[in-house]
Amino acid sequence: MGKATGFKEFSRENLSYAPVADRITHYNEFSKLPADMSTQGARCMDCGVPFCHNGCPINNIIPDWNDCVYNGNWREALDILHSTNNFPEFTGRICPAPCEEACTVNLIGDAVSIKNIELSIVEKGWEEKWIAPQIAAHKTGKKIAIVGSGPAGMAAAQQLARVGHDVVVYEKENRVGGLMRYGIPNFKFDKKIIDRRISQMSAEGVEFRTDVHIGVDLSTKELLNDFDAVLLTGGSEKPRDLPIEGRDELSGIHYAMELLTKNTKRVLGDDVAEEDFISATGKHVVVIGGGDTGSDCIGTSSRHGAESITQLEIMPAPPESPNKLTTWPNWPMRMRTSTSQEEGCERDFSVATKRFVGENGKVTAIECVRVDWAQGENGQWQMSEIAGSEFTLKADLVLLAMGFLHPVHEGMIEELGVDKDGRGNVAANDQDYQTSLDKVFAAGDMRRGQSLVVWAIREGRQAARSVDQYLMGSTDLPR
Amino acid sequence: MSRLMKQPSLPMSAPKKQGLYDPANEHDSCGVGFVAHIKNRKSHDIVEKGLEILLRLTHRGAAGADPREGDGAGILLQIPNDFFQSIAPELGINLPEEGKYGVGMVFLPKDESHRKACEKLVEQTISDEGQLFLGWRDVPCDAIRADLPESVTACEPVIRQVFIGTGDNSADQDAFERKLYVIRRVARNLIDELGFEDEANFYFASMSSRTIVYKGMFHSHQVGTYYEDLRDARMTSALALVHQRFSTNTFPAWELAHPFRMVAHNGEINTVRGNINWMNARRHSMKSELLGDDLDKLWPVIGEGQSDTACFDNAIELLTMGGYSLAHAAMLLIPEAWAGNSLMDEKRKAFYEYHAAVMEPWDGPAAVAFTDGRQIGATLDRNGLRPARYLITDDDLVLMASEMGVLDIPEEKIVKKWRLQPGKMFLIDLEEGKIIPEADLKAELADQKPYQKILAETQVQLESLPKEVAPMAPEHDALLDKQQAFGYSQEDLKFLMTPMAISGQEATGSMGNDNPLAVLSNRSRHLSNYFRQLFAQVTNPPIDPIREEMVMSLTSIIGPRPNLLGLDAEEPQMRLEVHQPILTNIDLEKVRHIERYTDGQFRTTTLSMCYTADQGAAGMEAALTRLCEAAEKAVNEHYNIVIISDREMDADHMAIPSLLATSAVHQHLINKGLRTEAGLVVETGSAREIHHFATLAGYGAEAINPYLAFETLFDLQRSGQFPEELTLEEIKTRYIKAIGKGLYKVMSKMGISTYQSYCGAQIFEAIGLSSDFVAKYFTGTPTQIEGVGLDEISEEASKLHRTAFGNAQVYKNALDDGGEYAWRVRGEEHMLGPDTIAKLQHAVRTDNYNLYKEYADHINDQTGRLLTLRGLFKFKDSNAIPIDEVESAENIVKRFVTGAMSFGSISHEAHSTLAIAMNRLGGKSNTGEGGEEPERFTPMENGDSMRSAIKQVASGRFGVTTEYLANADQIQIKMAQGAKPGEGGQLPGHKVDQRIGRVRHSTPGVGLISPPPHHDIYSIEDLAQLIFDLKNTNTDADISVKLVSEIGVGTVAAGVVKAHADHVVIAGHDGGTGASPLTSIKHAGAPWELGLAETQQTLVLNRLRGRTRLQADGQMRTGRDVVIAALLGADEIAFGTIALVAEGCIMMRKCHLNTCPVGVATQDPELRKKFVGKPEDVVNYFMFVAEEAREIMAGLGIRTYDELIGHTEFLDTNDAIRHWKSEGLDLSPLLHQVDAKEAAIHHCETQDHGLDKLIDNKLIEQSKSALEDKKPVIIETPICNVDRSFGTMLSGKVAKKYGMKGLAEDSIVINAKGTAGQSLGAWLARGVTIDLAGEGNDYVGKGLSGGRIAIYPPKESSIKADENIIVGNTVLFGAVAGECYFNGIGGERFAVRNSGAVAVVEGVGDHGCEYMTGGTIVVLGETGRNFAAGMSGGIAYVLDEAGDFESRCNMAQVALEPIASEADALEALDHQGLDLETHGRVDIKHSLSQNDQIILRTLIERHVHYTNSARGKMILENWDDYLPKFTKVMPVDYKRALSEMEAEMNASKGKEHANG
Repeated sequence: MGKATGFKEFSRENLSYAPVADRITHYNEFSKLPADMSTQGARCMDCGVPFCHNGCPINNIIPDWNDCVYNGNWREALDILHSTNNFPEFTGRICPAPCEEACTVNLIGDAVSIKNIELSIVEKGWEEKWIAPQIAAHKTGKKIAIVGSGPAGMAAAQQLARVGHDVVVYEKENRVGGLMRYGIPNFKFDKKIIDRRISQMSAEGVEFRTDVHIGVDLSTKELLNDFDAVLLTGGSEKPRDLPIEGRDELSGIHYAMELLTKNTKRVLGDDVAEEDFISATGKHVVVIGGGDTGSDCIGTSSRHGAESITQLEIMPAPPESPNKLTTWPNWPMRMRTSTSQEEGCERDFSVATKRFVGENGKVTAIECVRVDWAQGENGQWQMSEIAGSEFTLKADLVLLAMGFLHPVHEGMIEELGVDKDGRGNVAANDQDYQTSLDKVFAAGDMRRGQSLVVWAIREGRQAARSVDQYLMGSTDLPR
Repeated sequence: MSRLMKQPSLPMSAPKKQGLYDPANEHDSCGVGFVAHIKNRKSHDIVEKGLEILLRLTHRGAAGADPREGDGAGILLQIPNDFFQSIAPELGINLPEEGKYGVGMVFLPKDESHRKACEKLVEQTISDEGQLFLGWRDVPCDAIRADLPESVTACEPVIRQVFIGTGDNSADQDAFERKLYVIRRVARNLIDELGFEDEANFYFASMSSRTIVYKGMFHSHQVGTYYEDLRDARMTSALALVHQRFSTNTFPAWELAHPFRMVAHNGEINTVRGNINWMNARRHSMKSELLGDDLDKLWPVIGEGQSDTACFDNAIELLTMGGYSLAHAAMLLIPEAWAGNSLMDEKRKAFYEYHAAVMEPWDGPAAVAFTDGRQIGATLDRNGLRPARYLITDDDLVLMASEMGVLDIPEEKIVKKWRLQPGKMFLIDLEEGKIIPEADLKAELADQKPYQKILAETQVQLESLPKEVAPMAPEHDALLDKQQAFGYSQEDLKFLMTPMAISGQEATGSMGNDNPLAVLSNRSRHLSNYFRQLFAQVTNPPIDPIREEMVMSLTSIIGPRPNLLGLDAEEPQMRLEVHQPILTNIDLEKVRHIERYTDGQFRTTTLSMCYTADQGAAGMEAALTRLCEAAEKAVNEHYNIVIISDREMDADHMAIPSLLATSAVHQHLINKGLRTEAGLVVETGSAREIHHFATLAGYGAEAINPYLAFETLFDLQRSGQFPEELTLEEIKTRYIKAIGKGLYKVMSKMGISTYQSYCGAQIFEAIGLSSDFVAKYFTGTPTQIEGVGLDEISEEASKLHRTAFGNAQVYKNALDDGGEYAWRVRGEEHMLGPDTIAKLQHAVRTDNYNLYKEYADHINDQTGRLLTLRGLFKFKDSNAIPIDEVESAENIVKRFVTGAMSFGSISHEAHSTLAIAMNRLGGKSNTGEGGEEPERFTPMENGDSMRSAIKQVASGRFGVTTEYLANADQIQIKMAQGAKPGEGGQLPGHKVDQRIGRVRHSTPGVGLISPPPHHDIYSIEDLAQLIFDLKNTNTDADISVKLVSEIGVGTVAAGVVKAHADHVVIAGHDGGTGASPLTSIKHAGAPWELGLAETQQTLVLNRLRGRTRLQADGQMRTGRDVVIAALLGADEIAFGTIALVAEGCIMMRKCHLNTCPVGVATQDPELRKKFVGKPEDVVNYFMFVAEEAREIMAGLGIRTYDELIGHTEFLDTNDAIRHWKSEGLDLSPLLHQVDAKEAAIHHCETQDHGLDKLIDNKLIEQSKSALEDKKPVIIETPICNVDRSFGTMLSGKVAKKYGMKGLAEDSIVINAKGTAGQSLGAWLARGVTIDLAGEGNDYVGKGLSGGRIAIYPPKESSIKADENIIVGNTVLFGAVAGECYFNGIGGERFAVRNSGAVAVVEGVGDHGCEYMTGGTIVVLGETGRNFAAGMSGGIAYVLDEAGDFESRCNMAQVALEPIASEADALEALDHQGLDLETHGRVDIKHSLSQNDQIILRTLIERHVHYTNSARGKMILENWDDYLPKFTKVMPVDYKRALSEMEAEMNASKGKEHANG
């Protein structure tokens, strides 16, 4: 177990970042792991009830690999890590780390830097070339189609290929990775990281077919005919819109994904025509929505050289330090500042947008109002505008980063005629992941709605087990 | 004595087995004594004296619900020839001369036809065996005069004597005795076959030409009034052996009374199941020249279904009939601890070593008095766990009894007062008219044969055999498959094996066990998990295997045993001995090939436990049968060592679980009578943790080779998991050592000290195994609620095998998580997990009942994840009532208490928060072991109070002062703790800070040991005495006894209630702990549901339920738990872990490391600051629980809590949530309702403690002016042995009023004369002085809290005080302060766990100053062995005239130093200004530079002053000669702590100087 008194002796070390002035000049990753991960591992208390292990959606066996790192048993740490997580290098970079909120040391001080330890283990694994394809000895002859190559689809594909199934992953974009590929900027998540895995998975027998949009380029009927099972992992891509005055008439108002996708394509060397590209250079940028995607827009805009960046959030500002006694080990509402926000932007809370104002068909400003939140009789939070608090913000580029509603229904989902749940997601439970159609399964955001990469990996793994069970009658895959 | 074995025939009229009550679980204990005339002069006076002893031992017995209903008493006499000769003519019997006839004392059924049938069979057997039937005599009995209650007369037998004349085939009286023995056995078997079931059964109380037994279901005073014969002046005997029984169950059972035909016993045979098995196992090999063909008629030589003493009696009888002398037989059955005894004569050692192979010891605490009518004697178990004192008069009378003062014998006639010492024997040969000194007796026996020579010729030591080559460990991946097939988990490696291999001992863990029982688990569990270790509580003590290691032995003898009755065998058998039973791979090869080295005298065969895997689970039964048959065949073919092995296990072969295979083979060979002809060795991959080895041993393995464990250790080493400096040899050695230590713990918790007697003793109860399965493969093991059978067991094994050799991804390169010791998603279930803990804490912190309900629902609904037996219950549909008609939550919470958690194990903050909360609620909090700060007795300014209503008294007695006890509402005696029943505890030095040291009256920085047993409770009558002592200290407090659930706890509880406990706690096995060995946390004890239900049923059956409050404890979580506990019988509910969770505990399970990050279970000042709990949180939790309970009550239509208690009709088993393993469970025994016959089924009456009759009432009256006005008084009083706890009630009054500081010295002086009863001056308060001319019994000065006691022989006594005993055992146990002067020798365990008292004594027995933590003891004479064991503080000065003290001192924790010379002393004096005496009393503050010489001299001067000691005077007069002979015993840790404290003091003094 770590070191019994490690949490008292050592303090937490975080990632170190390149200076802002330096890092906004490029699209490369700019963080560095602490040099001595062993003392970070030593801070783990090896709890009798490891809340982190439960707080982690894929139930990473955190205390065990912390201990390994403390003792220098990196190879064993990697095995334990991979036993629950196909892609620790993804989560090690972009997971918000609910595990650290759940960490017992967090209750009384600074959490163990679990995410960094995870990352250090897996990067060590790549560096030492311990990570190699695990090729199934026997083939089952079963063919499985996976639609969508995001983390859910990738995780499922790897699991299924390793037990000998023929897996084909369809991706409508030109590269594999889904939201991870184009939704997350390269400076936060270098895309080579994904390619490394794709290479491993290809060796394991997964076939990736990009630029194939199911329901558009390939009919679902063909898919169902050609495969023994189909797993839908197409994500939750329908963005939330802001249908207020000026939205339809004015240009310069975009969904966040438009900006991010095109930007990353260009970073990766694709030829994106200037007229298709969304540039923030020299503009007053307003980002509506206070989440991670909003931050990605900010970081990208900074790198474009925006004149100003303002981020609006309709919810009130969360507390700087929540009462851990009533939040821990759950995910608390807490004021968090992303590296992108740190790079420079205004943040405003309790602000609702009333109207887009424009000139010549182009947006120039937005009209806002401050809002008040109060709990109604039934305990629901209710919003009311504060009279007289209206104000106007300059805006040449408005980026809507208010989340996603559900999967895109047009095309594949409608063609399949698969049942949907009340929120518009593909209906399936999280036990067997089966949809209303025989041999069709769904997992990831497409099933659960927008969520974290780590949840997508969990669902992909669990759905793989269910598919294997369905095809073979029994399964050796873990949940 | 005694446990009843599983039995086909019940004792007379005891209730039938019903529900969880099983008469087979009866225990008892008692008072024993005899009086004899050395010169064999018969008189009626001896008979009268015997009856008088009985009367005076009354307090050692017990009464049932009806005070006239005794537990049994009786007397054994020589055949009163005069009497029989004179009445024979009236009977028309022509009686031959003395010695030529025998008399049978026979209990017969009342039913005329049954009686006739029995009599006919007896007569017929007599003539069949060639003896003469002379006639019957009705024994005149008077039930009315004896005032027997209806319950006793209902089963009163018809008592008749049968007279038998010597037949032609009896050459002499010995031969005649043998024939009488045969007649008894044969008639008994014949009558059993008739199958009568009467109120009173047929029974031979005795049948002999030398002795006769009069006994029955009596109180001691009823023996003489019932039997007219005993009052007849013609009734003469030169000896009278008497016994008064204290059974923990009162059902009249005439035949269970002692004495038996040859013995009366005080104690308990713990290994009796094994002893019976081993005896049966000899059937094939036993031959006797003397008994000849008659031997075959005797089987079973030990009847099933009798008490352990009866079994012992059968055994000693068989041995004596088979040619052993009485003394020889007793030494064989109850050997001294010889193995590690460097002081024992080599010849005697050889005698014992030789006999170790002949028969396994009958182990357990025992004072056994035995006689054959010609000799009478007594012997004590190896550890001296029962008291036995004797005296000899100048007119040849010998009196031996459990205590002194049982006969009024003029002091001037007494020539010797002594005691039986551990393992010693005392024998009087009446025919030779002399006492045979023990040394002579044993020397003669040891010389009978050249035992040393025989041993040298026949003994093979395993290590002396040539080294062999063992197979190498496989490569990692192949090893992984094997590990998986045998069910290894990562936790086995991490928590169990690695610590063992590194540290040589088992790891410690903390908190409770909230995993499901094996039968409820979805996972494959090791078969041993279905077996729960039994442990000693109340009826016998556990042993401390560390501090009292001298009595422990792991020696195992592998292979054939000699013929038990082959005394004169020409050619002694070869014997293979190992010092401990765990064999390395090389050792095993030696055993396998031993034939080569022993000229074929040993022949070993290896049988495989494996079978082809394609048969799956289904193949196991056939495989077992084949294995058993193969073993039988091998033995018949004269293989005398059988190795059963699972080495052949591979992908194609699966193994029978080794425990199952071992037990099956063992039982099979017993049944065939072949077992003692071969040794059984197990070569298995499945054994790795202590419990695995313990179960294998308990079911018959003489040695075990855990090859896979060794291979695993090798693999761990090769992958760098161990410190580099450890060699593989060292790793293996440490691992084996850890197993040995662990086995010691497991054995000792049941009070068993040798592996040989543990082997095959089956000290387990099965939980969740079907009775058919157990009956077939684990014969004789109790299993109460059915469960899985061979199908499921084999399926579990099969699942593991599939996992191991299948393709499961997670098992490809890793073992299973386990998840038993720490929560894991893929691991075993736990009751509390991250979600529930968080929910509960958020609920109580935000006062959110809805959130609480979410938490409770998660715990209560066990669908798919069975955890507890109660999880299988559901409430029956009833007529619901509105909730406002239900008793309020405020009322219900008054029944809630928090568990016993010591300040020490948890922080002051955590401890006091619970106390405040419980006081606000009107519930009770518990101090736990370790005292309480006196400041907490005063309420706080805001009206809150930090005083814990319950004051616990545990075995360490830390902080148990009179003041502490006087400030209790309830005093709780902790007999056992759920997490580690049968074990003591240890508070490491680093947890003993200033504050804790102060409360515990110990030295900061010095570790504290709580012994496994309470040294004043070795049996039920001792517990009664402690209850009495404590009640005296505080007459207003209830006395509670905490027990842990195990089979038979109900009968123990019945005894406890008869011992006048006002309150009984039944704790589950799963209770929490601050630190405990993992084996104990996981494998000892049973769920509280079982124990509680059994207790409720037994108490109701006994009509005892109403007078005690019953509390259930163990993993209580929700209102549903509360209601179920109430329905099963609980008046109150205790919450431990969960109360801590409510105040912030997050189940780190790191209590033992002092690193608790939330400040709950730590003393680290930094971490204590992290404590966030508030009393409100705890209050909220309990109110929520009560509210939930109310909701359930409303649903059941029950308005008050009282109406719930015992009403199991509201419960049903919830079939819906069962799974494949739990399917076979039958919980109906828990729900059984006994016929209460209008007796109470919940608490509603009070106990009568009989305090009003006590002499202390007079003392208090006479001390009025001292108590009220502090005016000194002097009181004169006689005293006798029935005056127990003398001065205690008085002291309670002093402490209540004046606290620990008490009254001024000698404010109340009591001058007493006579023999004091037990516990003289217990918890004597400061200011009270007892000056006794006479002698004391056991427990003098127990808990002494400042008073002074002086005892010396009365003026008229002519004995030499320093050669005679003056006080009994366990003197000054837990004493805190005060002084004692004893002009004579003390018994065993003098000053055990003394924390501050000063005493001078003129010699002590074994284990002197054991566990002492403070105070000063001066011994002016010899000490016994094991002096200063576990002594961590205080100082002892021992006069070592012979210069051999060191050999008797346990040097583990102390150093011996000379007393500093006078010059040094003067030097010190100059500088220190030694202030020895303040206000006339000795107040010794130890310091390193203290003047030992002056202290010593002053103490001896005071000794002379108070007792007029001749020895003291002589020493003072020759001071210069004696001084160099004194040795100072100084605990090493104590010395270090003192020097640190002094350094600190000097440093701060220096600072003052600097500042000033």
